[in-house]
Amino acid sequence: MSLPAERLQAFLERTPYVRFLGMRAELAGDEMTAILPFDPKLIGNRMADALHGGVLGAFMETTALAQLALSGDLPRLPKTIDVTIEYLKVGRALDTYARADLRKVGRRIANVHVEAWQENRSQPVAALRGHFLLPQE
Amino acid sequence: MAVEIDDGIDVDEVARRMLSAPLAQAVGFELIAIEAGRVGLRVPWREDLVGDLGREIIAGGVVTALIDQACAMSNISVKKNGGPTLDLRVDYMRGAAPRAGVSCEAHCYHVTRSIAFVRAIAWDADRSDPMATALATFALREPSAA
Repeated sequence: MSLPAERLQAFLERTPYVRFLGMRAELAGDEMTAILPFDPKLIGNRMADALHGGVLGAFMETTALAQLALSGDLPRLPKTIDVTIEYLKVGRALDTYARADLRKVGRRIANVHVEAWQENRSQPVAALRGHFLLPQE
Repeated sequence: MAVEIDDGIDVDEVARRMLSAPLAQAVGFELIAIEAGRVGLRVPWREDLVGDLGREIIAGGVVTALIDQACAMSNISVKKNGGPTLDLRVDYMRGAAPRAGVSCEAHCYHVTRSIAFVRAIAWDADRSDPMATALATFALREPSAA
């Protein structure tokens, strides 16, 4: 069985879109914080200087997949079944952080909640709830 | 469920303005068609947009961003005071085919004084065989702030 840090690194490296977004992740034991450093190309509304809503959604979806990848030895990546994204604040031109909570990991399906924040963790900018289909042996 | 369309909206200008956003340019969103309340967009396949290296399939996050963009544009194409996304729900029926781009059509089908309701579908090869469906709601800005 590989180490969580190795599994996380393997996930980040096999996903080119992670590099496109500029996303990385830090691990403290089994607790992962995903980081999306600000990049001007992530702006969705130049007048408001706001991050693209789809970028926040993609960042949180990828955070959920990364958390699933590091939590167990999966033969392939899980597939997203559905996501519900709640936008709570305008994402500003700042670094964004996210943590995922595996609410239930069944034999075939996982339910994951993710929260993303910028300056203040108690004031999230967005949240995601999703279901993911786990790969079968 | 008719939508009252604001006077004086130039949908081609809406498309130009919203597709000039840095993220839209960086991912490569392209306009298929726009009319009041209906927007078609596509994103061509590209190596750096892939979700899983071995399979050459465009990442789900790219599809989410495309859907969000099309939904927002369909709202702005009928309401000058169209505002931020409140929520977006995407159901993925399947992944895109390897090395396939993705198209999306969004329809702003109902608007109240404060909220716009949008639905969207996304497909790779055939519109009648969608890979994802979505629902979004948007907050309209206060008339004074529009």
